[in-house]
Amino acid sequence: MTRIPTSALIGLVITAAYFLAALFAPLIAPFGVGEIVGDVWEPMSSKYLLGTDGIGRDLLSRMIYGGRTTIFVALAATILSFTLGTILALTAVVVGGWVDMALSRFIDLIMSIPTLIFALVVLSVMPVTILVLILVMGLLDVTRVYRLARAVAQDINVMDYVEAARLRGEGTPWIVFREILPNALSPLVAELGMRFIFMVLFVSTLSFLGLGIQPPEADWGGIVKENKEGIVYGIPAALIPAFAIATLAISVNLVADWVLSRTTSLKGGR
Amino acid sequence: MSELLRVRDLKIGAHVIPPDGDPFDIEIVHGVSFDLKKGQVLGLIGESGAGKSTIGLSALAYGRGGVEITGGEVFINGSDILKDSLGNLRKLRGHVVTYVSQSAAASFNPAKKLMTQVTESCIQHNLCSQSEAEERAVTLFRKLGLPEPETIGDRYPHQVSGGQLQRVMTAMALCPQPDLVVFDEPTTALDVTTQIDVLAAIKEAIRDTGVGALYITHDLAVVAQVSDQIMVLQNGNTVEYGDTEQIINRPAEAYTQALVSIRSAEHAEKLPTDAPVLKVDGISARYPGTKFDVLDDVSLELRPGQTLAIVGESGSGKSTLARTITGLLPQRSGEITFDGRGLTQTLAERSKEDLRELQMIYQMADVAMNPRQTIAMIIGRPLEFYFGLRGSERDKRVRELMDEIELGPEFLSRYPAELSGGQKQRVCIARALAAKPKLIICDEVTSALDPLVADGILKLLLNLQKIEGVSYLFITHDLATVKSIADTIAVMHRGKVVRYGPKSQVLSPPFDDYTDLLLSSVPEMKSGWLEDVIAHRKMESAGN
Repeated sequence: MTRIPTSALIGLVITAAYFLAALFAPLIAPFGVGEIVGDVWEPMSSKYLLGTDGIGRDLLSRMIYGGRTTIFVALAATILSFTLGTILALTAVVVGGWVDMALSRFIDLIMSIPTLIFALVVLSVMPVTILVLILVMGLLDVTRVYRLARAVAQDINVMDYVEAARLRGEGTPWIVFREILPNALSPLVAELGMRFIFMVLFVSTLSFLGLGIQPPEADWGGIVKENKEGIVYGIPAALIPAFAIATLAISVNLVADWVLSRTTSLKGGR
Repeated sequence: MSELLRVRDLKIGAHVIPPDGDPFDIEIVHGVSFDLKKGQVLGLIGESGAGKSTIGLSALAYGRGGVEITGGEVFINGSDILKDSLGNLRKLRGHVVTYVSQSAAASFNPAKKLMTQVTESCIQHNLCSQSEAEERAVTLFRKLGLPEPETIGDRYPHQVSGGQLQRVMTAMALCPQPDLVVFDEPTTALDVTTQIDVLAAIKEAIRDTGVGALYITHDLAVVAQVSDQIMVLQNGNTVEYGDTEQIINRPAEAYTQALVSIRSAEHAEKLPTDAPVLKVDGISARYPGTKFDVLDDVSLELRPGQTLAIVGESGSGKSTLARTITGLLPQRSGEITFDGRGLTQTLAERSKEDLRELQMIYQMADVAMNPRQTIAMIIGRPLEFYFGLRGSERDKRVRELMDEIELGPEFLSRYPAELSGGQKQRVCIARALAAKPKLIICDEVTSALDPLVADGILKLLLNLQKIEGVSYLFITHDLATVKSIADTIAVMHRGKVVRYGPKSQVLSPPFDDYTDLLLSSVPEMKSGWLEDVIAHRKMESAGN
C-alpha cells in the first residue's frame, strides 16, 4: 500500500464519518427522530449538542437520521443511474446503427425537459415513497451518465484491440464488459463522485420543496425547510444541514480525485 | 570562431514521477560533445530512446516536459547559451536557431494561413516588415519546389499535401535567415516517393542558404544523403562520430556495423505449390457513403506456407484490402475464397472456424492490445475462446507460445504499457498464433519499430512460418522488408494491382513506371544516390 495524499486522507476520514454515522444512526443518536424533548429552538448545550428545532426535537439526532436517509437515497439513485446509463451507452456504441440512434435521440428528448420540473410533475402524481423517489431520481440522471459514457466509449470503440476482439468473433457482452468498460472506468469514477453529490442536492431540493422525504422522517433538505423561519431570529438551525451537505460534497470529491489518479495508471498500479 | 555550434560534455536529465513510489532523477544523455561549422550538416542517428531529439533541442537550450539540461556547455557563435537569460534565449530561438519537427501536420495551426505562420518569427523578432518577410517566403517556396509559390501561402494547412507541408515548414525555419536549423525526423512520416522530393528540396535549401544544420533521423540511408558528418548515438552515449563517408563505408564500432548492414533476415523465394489458401477474385470495394472505389478489381492468390506482400504508398488501398478480407468492409463485387470455401461478405455471417483460421496483426501494437489486460489474459483469451482451454491447460499453452516468441514467463503478469515496442508486437504475434490460424494478415507490423527490432520481428515471423506452416498476407510500404520476407509480390497503386507475380519477377526489369518510381525511391546507403535518382526518374511522384 502506497502513501495516501493528505487531501485524500481528509476526504476519506470525513466521508467515512458521515457514512458510519448513517449506518449506525440508532446507536449514535441520543434521541429518537420524532421525539419532542425540549423547548422550541433551544441553543446548543451539553444536553442538546446542536440545540433543538422548531418544535423542540433534538437537532443532532435529526441530523444523524436525516443523513442516513439522504445518503441512502442519493447512493441508491446514483448506483441505479450509473449501472443503467453505462450499460445502455456501451451497448449503444458497440451495437451501433439504429439502436444507437434511437437510444441517443430518446435520451436527448428526456434531457430537453428540465430535470427538477420533470421530477416535480412525476412526484406530484405518484405516491411519494422512498422507492419511487429513488427510481425517479435515478432514471432522470441516467441521461447525464449515458451522454458521458457514450462519448468515452466511442473513443475506445475504434481502438484496434476492440476490432481485434470483433475479428475473434467475441459477442457484444464480452466487448462491452471486458474490452470497453475497464478502459472507460476512470472518467466514470470521477463522474460518480460528482453525480452522488448532485443526488444529495437533488433529494435535498425535493424535500425542501415538500415533495421529497415526508415528515416525520428527517432528511437534510427537510431540516432546512422546517427551520428556515429561525434564520430571521438568528437561529442557526437551518445552516447546519447546509454545512453537512457542503463538507460531504467536498470530501467525496477529494476521494474521487485520488481514486482517479490511481486508476489512470496503466502499469499495474492497482 | 569558425565553429557555429560547439557542444561540450552535454548532460541531460529527466525527473520521473511514477504513479506509485517516490519521484527520482535519471540521466538520459551522458556527456556528448560535437562541433558544427557554418554551412555543414551533422546527422544525429540512433534508435528511439537514444536521446537524439533531446540533444537536438539542446541547441535551442530547451528541454521538453520534465527534461532538463544538467551539465556541459552549448556554444552558439562563441557564447554559452546555457548560461543565457530567458530573455536572450527568446531572441535566439526562432531567429538564430530554428526547428523543423517530425509531424508538420500536427505542428501547424489549422486556423491560420500558411503565409501568416511562415512569416511569424520574422515579424516577432522585428527582423523585417511583413511585405519583406513575404518576399523572402515566396523565394523560399520557389527554392523548395512548391507549386504556385506566389499563392500557396494563402492556403490553409489542410489544403496542401503532407510532403508539401513539410517543405513549407522548412521554409518557415529558413525565413528568419537563421545560422542553425534543427531538423527532427523531417521525412519519417512521409511515403518513400514523397520523402525523396522533400529530401532533395531540404538538401538544396541548406546548400543555397549556407546555414548549418543538425539532421536527426533513425534512417542511416537518409542521413547519408544530406549530412557531412554523422554521430551515432545509443542510450545517450556517443557510439561513433566521424565523416559520413567513413561511417557508411568503414564503420568502426559493432553497433554502427549492425545499423549499416541491417536486414539480415533473408528468405529464398518458394515455388507455387498446392491449391491457394486465399484467393481474391475481382474485388471492388468502397466505404459507405462515398462514390469512389478504394479497391478496383483486385485479384490475388496466396499459397499455403508462403508470403504474399502487398506494396504501395499510403492511400493505395492496401489496408482496405485487409479490411475486406477480414469482413470489416463488405466488397461490392468479386469473390474471396479461403481454404477452398467462399467467405461471406460480412463478419457476422462467418463461422467461428473461418474467424479462427484468419488472424490479424496490427501496425500499432500499443493500441492492438487492451491496456487493462495482462499479457497472460491477452494470449490466453483466443485459447479459451476457440479451443475451450481453461486453468492449467491454458497456462501451459500460453507458456509454450511465450517460448515461441522468445519472451520469458516473467512477462505474463505484466500489462502492455510495461513492454517495449518490439515486445508488444511479439505478444500480438503470439495472440494470432494462439488461434492456430492458416493465414495471418500482417498490416505494416514493422513500420512503427526501430530497424534492429523490426529485423528481429521479421526473423521471428519467417521462423514461425517454417514451424507452423502459416501463410502471411504482408502489407507494407517498405520495399526492403518485402525483399527479405516475400514469395509473391503485388504492387498496388490507387486501388489497382499494377504489378503482380513471384518476387524475382516483380523486382527485376523491365519495370512499369510506378514500380520503377517506388523501387528507385528507397534510399540507398551511398553518397550521391539522391542526385542520381532525381536525374533519372521516369515518373513524377504523386501529390507533388
